Amino acid sequence: MAEITFNDIIKPENLAYKKSRLMTDNILSYCPGCGHGTAHQVLAEVLEEENLQERTIGITPVGCSVLMYNYIDVDFQEAAHGRAPALATAVKRLMPDKFVFTYQGDGDLAAIGTAETIHTCNRGENILMLFINNGIYGMTGGQMAPTTLPGMKSSTSPYGRDVSMMGSPIKMADIVAMLPGTCYVTRQSVNTAGGVRKLKRALKKAVQYQNEKRGTCFIEVVSNCPSGWKMTPVESNKWMEEHMFPFYPLGDIKVPAE
Amino acid sequence: MEKELRLMKGNEAVAEAAIRAGADGYFGYPITPQSEILEYLMEANPQATTGMVVLQAESEVAAINMVYGGASCGKKVMTSSSSPGISLKQEGITYIAGAELPCLIVNVVRGGPGLGTIQPAQSDYFQATKGGGHGDYHLLVLAPASVQEMADFVELGFDLAFKYRNPVMILSDGAIGQMMEKVWLKPQKKRSEEILPWATTGKPATRERNIITSLDLDPGRQEHFNLKLIAKYREMEEKEVRFEEFMTDDAEYIFVAYGTSARLCQKALQLARAEGIKAGLLRPITLFPFPKKRLNELAASVKGMLAVEMSAGQMVEDVMLSVCGKTRVSHYGRMGGMIPTPEEVLENLKSFIKG
Ligand SMILES: Cc1ncc(C[n+]2csc(CCOP(=O)(O)OP(=O)(O)O)c2C)c(N)n1
Ligand code: SF4
Ligand SMILES: [Mg+2]
Repeated sequence: MAEITFNDIIKPENLAYKKSRLMTDNILSYCPGCGHGTAHQVLAEVLEEENLQERTIGITPVGCSVLMYNYIDVDFQEAAHGRAPALATAVKRLMPDKFVFTYQGDGDLAAIGTAETIHTCNRGENILMLFINNGIYGMTGGQMAPTTLPGMKSSTSPYGRDVSMMGSPIKMADIVAMLPGTCYVTRQSVNTAGGVRKLKRALKKAVQYQNEKRGTCFIEVVSNCPSGWKMTPVESNKWMEEHMFPFYPLGDIKVPAE
Repeated sequence: MEKELRLMKGNEAVAEAAIRAGADGYFGYPITPQSEILEYLMEANPQATTGMVVLQAESEVAAINMVYGGASCGKKVMTSSSSPGISLKQEGITYIAGAELPCLIVNVVRGGPGLGTIQPAQSDYFQATKGGGHGDYHLLVLAPASVQEMADFVELGFDLAFKYRNPVMILSDGAIGQMMEKVWLKPQKKRSEEILPWATTGKPATRERNIITSLDLDPGRQEHFNLKLIAKYREMEEKEVRFEEFMTDDAEYIFVAYGTSARLCQKALQLARAEGIKAGLLRPITLFPFPKKRLNELAASVKGMLAVEMSAGQMVEDVMLSVCGKTRVSHYGRMGGMIPTPEEVLENLKSFIKG
């Protein structure tokens, strides 16, 4: 049998999966195995498939995804730490026909930006809030986040999070689901192909609801931080399934009435 | 449409002028002595007429970041507050300056520090003119001395903000915000529909994506950017200095005062002249850029300058820097919401003259 070469394989008819046209060729700044990159790809696919490039304004956070504007080919604003929802509020109110999303980590959205998160959701701003919950401050080197699990070690909780001193991890999706302004609140993941497909479906719903001006869509992605957690990518995903998912159960928390 | 004459509070004049200037959005949070701006706009409901968005934010932090978002879209957006609220806005202001965005910020100053008082003061001069937040930057600062100027500086402020892509602050105080005067209002302008080339309005196939950010992790590029900002401020110093002079031609002593203090000094000047003291007044209208050159020129022909401010002495430092030791400079001020009387100012001029 003749040997199969690389060129035999990379034929268009064999193509099962490709990089979204809206992902740029810039090299991602994320650590190997980090969920941020996958979440970007899923979001870019949805923006592409829904033809949203021309009317999308994204707001990036301060956190590992601060440079997200280098990776997805849409207009971007870079907010101050925690303030993305405030920027998005103004963008959407001033240009109601645009598609507006924020992308924030757990320190950004659930600590320093808690007030902006709650009030943006409470006003029911017609935006998508995408929330990457990795239970840690990735960018600054693995400090405790508001979402760090009880007993979980971080550089500022070196003996494990003591809830009697530091409070319990905050479940932001459950909190915003209680506010009448949110129309769709769901918790997803990107560690498996199935998870990616579900997140994609959730994002498409969020696009539809935003088009229908139904209120705030809040999508949490429970994610990993191999570097901050001091684990290999594989270990981090296993740890996430065993510890994060039981505390932050995946699935819809609030869906709009049809 | 004709100009219209009305009797209004300074705060109300700002609000009405904003609508008429074709502002796209106002984002605010209540605080005395400037809440009338938000109240007036809510009652006027310009969303229904011009389409201007008016929103009460959850905090000053949120309000200024809404301004940041709106300004990033190339929209004419503004906020207002008073001293404690302006302190909270500093985060957003430095990001806006760092991203080179136009916007208008109104500070109706009250006495401080801390919660201080709700009475008028001029104690936020340093914060307004030297940057206020972190990093090397300046706002272009306009200091109104009447209700008319409160109104006029809204449109002027927007024009300058867009010309330089830089935040502009109207530095007022509780007296100008609260007092009523007649004011000529300009006719309604249409809101601009122009899409600015740098604005984030959605990326068409015809251009690269627009990114609004104040971040550059490369020190060389960041320094290059800092130099660009400095060049912009130098250009403002060349082209945008505004001030007004009263009886400086033959003056031996000059009051330097802005806003409410300038009005008091106008009266003090008359009292001084009546007693044969050759006093004059220079009223800076732009506090940044500061009328350095003119003060330096005047320093050559006068015997002294008295900076009168409702503060412990802030602008006086710029007066000193301007005159480079060519003439004597001193300061007279009241604080904590106290407004000096013209008689008090005159007495202080006299003791300044005695030396
Ligand atoms: C006002 C302010 N405070 C603190 C920081 C430092 N800082 C940068 S990112 C970050 C935390 C980011 O954590 P998270 O939002 O969870 O994002 P991740 O990196 O984990 O994706 C902090 C504290 C900052 N940039 N600005
Ligand atoms: S530090 Fe953590 S969150 Fe940041 S890129 Fe690395 S793995 Fe991802
Ligand atoms: Mg995090």
